[in-house]
Amino acid sequence: MHDSGNDHSRPSVQNWQTDFDHQHPDYAAAAPTIWEQIRTSGCPIAHSERYGGTWLPTSHDDVAAISKDYEHFSSQGVVVTEYRPDIPAPMGYAPPITSDPPFHQIARSILLKFFSPRAIDGWEPVARDTCRRLIADIQGRIAVGDDVIDCAQSYSQHIPVMIMADMLGLPREDGDLFRRFIHNIMEQGGGGEELPYEDTIDFYLDSHVAARRANLGEDLISYLCQAEIEGMALLDEHVRGTIALLIIAGIDTTWSAIGASMWHMAQHPDHRARWINEPDVQPFALEEFLRFYAPVTMARLLAKDIEFEGCPMKAGEWTLLPFPAANRDPAFFDRADEFVMDRARNRHAAFGLGIHRCIGSNLARMELRVAMEEWMQAFPEFELADPDAVTWSTGQVRGPRQLPMRFPA
Amino acid sequence: MKIKYDRSACQGHNRCYMLAPELFDTDDEGYAVLLVEGDVPADLEEKARLAADNCPEFAIEIEE
Ligand code: HEM
Ligand code: SF4
Repeated sequence: MHDSGNDHSRPSVQNWQTDFDHQHPDYAAAAPTIWEQIRTSGCPIAHSERYGGTWLPTSHDDVAAISKDYEHFSSQGVVVTEYRPDIPAPMGYAPPITSDPPFHQIARSILLKFFSPRAIDGWEPVARDTCRRLIADIQGRIAVGDDVIDCAQSYSQHIPVMIMADMLGLPREDGDLFRRFIHNIMEQGGGGEELPYEDTIDFYLDSHVAARRANLGEDLISYLCQAEIEGMALLDEHVRGTIALLIIAGIDTTWSAIGASMWHMAQHPDHRARWINEPDVQPFALEEFLRFYAPVTMARLLAKDIEFEGCPMKAGEWTLLPFPAANRDPAFFDRADEFVMDRARNRHAAFGLGIHRCIGSNLARMELRVAMEEWMQAFPEFELADPDAVTWSTGQVRGPRQLPMRFPA
Repeated sequence: MKIKYDRSACQGHNRCYMLAPELFDTDDEGYAVLLVEGDVPADLEEKARLAADNCPEFAIEIEE
């Protein structure tokens, strides 16, 4: 989950079959072509010595099988780094995403009811209000002659932050801080410098959790402070890790999905017209955005040696789970490399497969839907101001980070 | 037409509930709940197929 800009120094890749690097800007620029090359090379699973040994499956079936083999493929590490996470089993740093069975289900079920479809319905007005305020701001800027607006910075980035802050009972103004934490964690993952504790998300959350314990409310942090496992309160590390997870997993990801969908629409006037004239197509278009521009690639740490589809995978190596590649597998999808706006059969894996299915999927879908509904209603016409000025993040979460748009008068 | 829903395969993606709320509800944790027993009403057969065709976990099967 690296942000753009930090990996331009990575050694260039000689061969995507034997030396791939998913954090290299060349991968971000041409991933679908690289997956297709690997798929048709005779072995659909690439390997690289980088990061201490990393595998890259590219077919839907292999990604699905690895996602569901919890015995060999552990979630103790889900972001590929140069070093191995030290492993406070059974939780990992950020339960449930870093937990394996059987603890995983316990940690997961504590959260599920907050993210069920009905619970999420209650947040829709907040999302709509957020989008409308952001749009009013942008309209104000256009009215005074601002003709190019960066929609990643002025729109898509802010939508997931408001709800996450409200849900957790944290100040909405801390959005910039959240993004800095996400950036720091992901950069450190790549081998950056240790930050002083006062600058870490751990410090930030420890102080908020302590304050909340003294003064409980109705929010998710208060709930976690009171939750129990077999009659015992959750460990402090568990509460903190879960809150950190929601912040890290909920913001960049949704920002990416909304931004990529806007990037698509900016370049496809026919799809914009169809969105507006044929509202029945919208639910299918939203799932097609998620399939085609799936922002999240996960990883697993090999817990035991296994020969997987002929590949000798060794304990301690990484394997990536490129859900975006699974979503483009021509053996699994018709016209896999085409954006089919009304695709009716779309078993995409943007939110993962198996027991770690994204807990936030109902929230993320609602945010994406509301963001696009409000945007398309306010701005039926818009275009990229300069296609070359668009920048994308590299690494395990992929989406536009600068998205300058122009609006015809 | 009958729907076979496999609760042990379901991971709560909620695609079925979004596409066919007449046939699927969700429980408090977001897992699917099949609403029809026996035959699917004829006017909902298309929606049943849609739900089955979009479940990422292959938890829904249609028996004609
Ligand atoms: C479009 C936006 C999003 C995408 C594409 C996405 C994708 C994913 C994926 C692929 C996983 C599976 C992880 C694995 O297999 O290891 C996951 C897990 C998770 N996501 Fe999301 N996510 C998004 C938004 C959100 C939001 C908004 C939240 C919450 C506020 C969230 C919270 C989580 C949590 C807690 C997990 C861990 C679940 C577990 O391990 O049981 N995500 N997400
Ligand atoms: S779409 Fe499949 S996995 Fe999702 S809730 Fe329905 S049955 Fe369960």
